[in-house]
Amino acid sequence: MVEDPSIPSSSSSQMSEDDDRSPSLDLIDGPIPSTKSRNCSGVSVSGGGTSVEYTVPYPDQVLENVLENVLCFLTSRRDRSAASLVCKSWYRAEALTRSELFIGNCYAVSPRRATARFTRVLAVTIKGKPRFADFNLMPANWGAHLAPWVSSMAKAYPWLEKLCLKRMSVTDDDLALLAESFAGFKELVLVCCDGFGTSGLAVVVSKCRQLRVLDLTETEVMDDEVDWICCFPESQTFLESLMFDCVECHINFEALEKLVARSPSLKKLRLNRHVSIGQLYRLMVRAPQLTHLGTGSFNLSEGMAQGDQELDYVSAFAACKSLVCLSGFREILLDYIPAIFPVCSNLTSLNLSYANITAEQLKPVISQCHKLQSFWVLDSICDEGLKAVAATCKELHELRVFPVNAQEDAEGPVSEVGLEAISEGCRKLRSILYFCQRMTNAAVIAMSKNCSELVVFRLCIMGRRRPDHVTGEPMDEGFGAIVMNCKKLTRLAVSGLLTDRAFSYIGKYGKLVRTLSVAFAGDSDLGLKYVLEGCHKLQKLEIRDSPFGDTALCSGLHHYYNMRFLWMSSCSLTRQGCWAIARELPRLVVEVMKSNEGEEEGDNFDTLYMYRSLEGPRDDIPQFVEILRPGI
Amino acid sequence: MATEMEGCTRKEKEACPQLLDLIPRERDWLVSRDIERSSSRGSSSSEEKKLELRLGPPGQDWSMKRERDGKSQSLLSLGYYSSPMSSNQTQKFISYQQQAKVASFLHLPVTPNKASQPWCTKALDLQNAENKGFSPAPANTAVLPNTSQKRTAPAPVVGWPPIRSFRKNLASNKSSSKSAVESENVVQIKDPNGKPVETSGKGLFVKINMDGVPIGRKVDLGAYDSYQKLSSAVDELFRGLLAAQRESCNGGTKNKQEEEKEITGLLDGSGEYTLVYEDNEGDRMLVGDVPWHMFVSTVKRVRVLKSSELSALHLRSSKDKMPL
Repeated sequence: MVEDPSIPSSSSSQMSEDDDRSPSLDLIDGPIPSTKSRNCSGVSVSGGGTSVEYTVPYPDQVLENVLENVLCFLTSRRDRSAASLVCKSWYRAEALTRSELFIGNCYAVSPRRATARFTRVLAVTIKGKPRFADFNLMPANWGAHLAPWVSSMAKAYPWLEKLCLKRMSVTDDDLALLAESFAGFKELVLVCCDGFGTSGLAVVVSKCRQLRVLDLTETEVMDDEVDWICCFPESQTFLESLMFDCVECHINFEALEKLVARSPSLKKLRLNRHVSIGQLYRLMVRAPQLTHLGTGSFNLSEGMAQGDQELDYVSAFAACKSLVCLSGFREILLDYIPAIFPVCSNLTSLNLSYANITAEQLKPVISQCHKLQSFWVLDSICDEGLKAVAATCKELHELRVFPVNAQEDAEGPVSEVGLEAISEGCRKLRSILYFCQRMTNAAVIAMSKNCSELVVFRLCIMGRRRPDHVTGEPMDEGFGAIVMNCKKLTRLAVSGLLTDRAFSYIGKYGKLVRTLSVAFAGDSDLGLKYVLEGCHKLQKLEIRDSPFGDTALCSGLHHYYNMRFLWMSSCSLTRQGCWAIARELPRLVVEVMKSNEGEEEGDNFDTLYMYRSLEGPRDDIPQFVEILRPGI
Repeated sequence: MATEMEGCTRKEKEACPQLLDLIPRERDWLVSRDIERSSSRGSSSSEEKKLELRLGPPGQDWSMKRERDGKSQSLLSLGYYSSPMSSNQTQKFISYQQQAKVASFLHLPVTPNKASQPWCTKALDLQNAENKGFSPAPANTAVLPNTSQKRTAPAPVVGWPPIRSFRKNLASNKSSSKSAVESENVVQIKDPNGKPVETSGKGLFVKINMDGVPIGRKVDLGAYDSYQKLSSAVDELFRGLLAAQRESCNGGTKNKQEEEKEITGLLDGSGEYTLVYEDNEGDRMLVGDVPWHMFVSTVKRVRVLKSSELSALHLRSSKDKMPL
C-alpha cells in the first residue's frame, strides 16, 4: 500500500481505499491466460515485411529477467494486475515480484491459493467483515478468522515483515503463531479487529524483536491483566510507531516511560485514556522527536487535586518541533488547551473527536491551524465552530464531524449552516463525513459546486427519512448535485428522505462511484436498479432498511462478479430471489443471515451478504449463516 | 385480551387486526429485526394502510406490517437508548432464548417504531444486561389502537446512527475546567461541569506512596472513618508489595522472615514506617494529629515513610507547621 503523504491521517484511513485507484481484481483472473505465450519462444520479428526467423536462447528466462527488473518498480495493484494478464511469462514474473499482497475480502480467495501464486511476499493486508458489522448489524462469530491465514503464511512467508488487518477476528493464539513464525516481523497494524487480549500483545512484543510498528486503531483488546508494556525487549527497540489509544486497559506507566526512553526511533505515539497529562508530560520530554501524538486523557489522573506543581506543558509541546498530527484528548481538561498552541501552526492533522468542547473553546486552537489538512471533531462546536474552521483551514482535505449525542431526536448543534460554511471556506475538501439532525438541499448543492475535488461524501442525517427541513422536499436534489458536480467522487453515503429519483441521479452521474452506502431510502426496486445498471465501477454496496426486492437484485447480475460484495439487510428480498442469483452466478457466495438463532427454517431472513470468490462456500460458517449453494 | 389474541390463527391474519398476531399461541416471542418484508407489495398503497393498525399518538404514522409468509412475528420495542460504551461487542445479538425471556418478563406487546413513513424499522437492540435497564416503551400499554401515548422519540434501531461503540456516549465526556480559585477543600471530585462536589464520602481518592515501592496506590478515604482503619488499609495494601520488593532486592532469594510482614505502628512512630501526609498548603504533617474529618478535608496525598527518616523532615504538629 502506498501512503499518500498529502493526506496525513490515522491508520484507519490508510486502510481505506478511497485514494487507491486499484481494484482488487488481481486474484480473480483464475485460470492463467494461455493464448499469448507463443511469441516468447522466438518467432518472427518483422521490421519491413520480410520475416526473419531466429531463435533466442532460453527466451523465457531472458524475458523474465527483464520483466522482473522492471516490474519491481510497479507498486500499484491495478498496474500489476494488468501486467499479469498479458501472458504466462508476465504472469509468472509479476507473481514473483509482488512483495505486497492485498486481500480485499478474506473469503474471496484461500490462503493456500494466494500463497501458492505469490511466493515472495513481505507485506500482507487482509480485510474481513463488511463495514456494517461495526454497527451491530452482524452477529459475533460470523467469521473472518485470521487463523488459516497465519498458518499458511507461517509456512509460505517466513520472511514476512508486515501484516495489516481490518475487521478480522484475531485470537491470542494467532498472535502467538505470528510471533513464532516470522523472525523478521516488523509491522503489525490492526484496525477494527477483535478477539484477542493483552496476552496476545505481550507475546508479539516480546518475541518480535525487530518490531517497528504496533498500531491498534479502534480495535478491541481484552484485559487479561497482562502487563504487555513490560514485555518489550530490555534493550533499545526499533519502535517507530506505537498506537494503543483504543486499548481500554490500564498500562504500566513506569514501564512505558522506560520503553519510550529506549526507543530512539519513536515517531508516533498514541496513548490510551488512562494516561494522564502529567504522565504525558514525562513522555513528551523524553521524545521530542515525535511527529504523531495521541495525548491520552489530557487530564489529571483520577483523584489528583489541583495545586500540584504545575508542569510546563507549553514547553513540552514547544519542544516537539516535528509534531504534525495530534489526537487524543479523551477527557480533556480545558485549562490545558493552551498547552498545544505552540504546535498548532505546524499541524496537518488534528483529531478532537473525543473532546466535547464549544465553539469558543475551539477558536483559539483552530485559528492557528493554517496548515491543517485533516480535522476530526465533535458537533459540540456547533455551526459557529465550523465557521471558524472554514475561516482558517484553507488547506483542509478531510473533515469528520461526529455527534456527541448519537440519537435521532437529539438537539442538532450542526446543520446546513455549518456545511455551507465549510464548503465556502475549504475549497480543497476531498473527504467529508458529517453527522447532523437537519440539512437542506441548498447546502449540499453548494458544497457540490464549491468543493469540486470531493472524492468522499458521507452525509448522515440522523433522523431517518428526514426531508429538507426548509423546503420539506426529499434530499434527492442535493445528492444528485453531488454526483453530478463532483467528478472525482468514488465514495458516497446517503441519508435523509430519498426517493428513487436520487438513485437515478446516482446511476446516471456516479460513474466513478466504488462504494455506496444506503439506509432507509428509496421507494421501490427502481432505485436499486438505477444504481446497479448505472454505476459501472461499483464495488461495495451496503444497503439497509430500504424497499428493494428480488427484481432489483436481479438487475445486477451482469455486475456482481465485478464487485467485492453486496450487503442488503432488512430489505424486501426473498429467499427465492437470492436463490436465483446463486444459480445464475456460481462463483458468487450467497450468504443469508438471520438475527435470531434457533428459529426454524423459513422464508424470512434478515441479511444478504454476497461476494465473489474463487473458493466456493466457506467452511467456517456459524449457525445463523446459511450459504445458498446451487445443486445442493 | 389474551384469549382474543389467541383466537386468531396465523392463517387468519387477514381477518384479525394485525397487532393480535403478535402474541402467538405458543408464547414464542420471535423477535426479528425485519418486519417490513411485505412492503415489496408496495408500502404506500392505501389499501394496505387501511388494513394496518395504527398505534401511537395522533398525527404519527404508526402501523404494523404483515409478515409476508404468514409467520407470526413480534417486534420488541424497548425505549432505551444507546448503552454506555460497551466494549463487549460479542453480545450484540441477543439469542432467541434471551429475547423470549425478556419479552415475557416485560409483558410487552410489540409495537413497531415508525418514523414518517409506513416503513417499519426495527427497534431491537438488547445489549448487555448491565445496561441502564429497560425502560419499556411508552407504548407498552398500547395494545389497543388509537391509544394516545406520548412518545417523544422513536425507539432506537440497531446500528443507527452508524457510530461505532468507541464513539458513543460522549455526552458524559464533558470537558472539565479547574476553577481558578479553589476552596480549602482540596480533595475534590469534579462533576461534569467542573464544579467541586461535596466530599461526603463519595470517593476521595488520594495517592499513597511508600518508601521503597516504586508504584503508588490510591486509597479512597471515604471508605474509612478513622485513622486506625486507614492504617490497616495501608498495611494490607503494601504488605505484599513490600515483601516483593525486598525479595527482588535480595536477588530473588526468599527470605521467609521478610515475607508478608505486617506493617504496624504507622501512627505512633513505633513501627518501621510512619504515615505522613501533604495538606492543601503543601505542608507535610504527621497523620493522626488532627480530627479525622479535618484530615480528610485537607489531605492531598499520603506517604508511608521510614520512621528513621522522620526527624530529618522537621515534621510538626498541626499547630506548628513548617514547610519542607
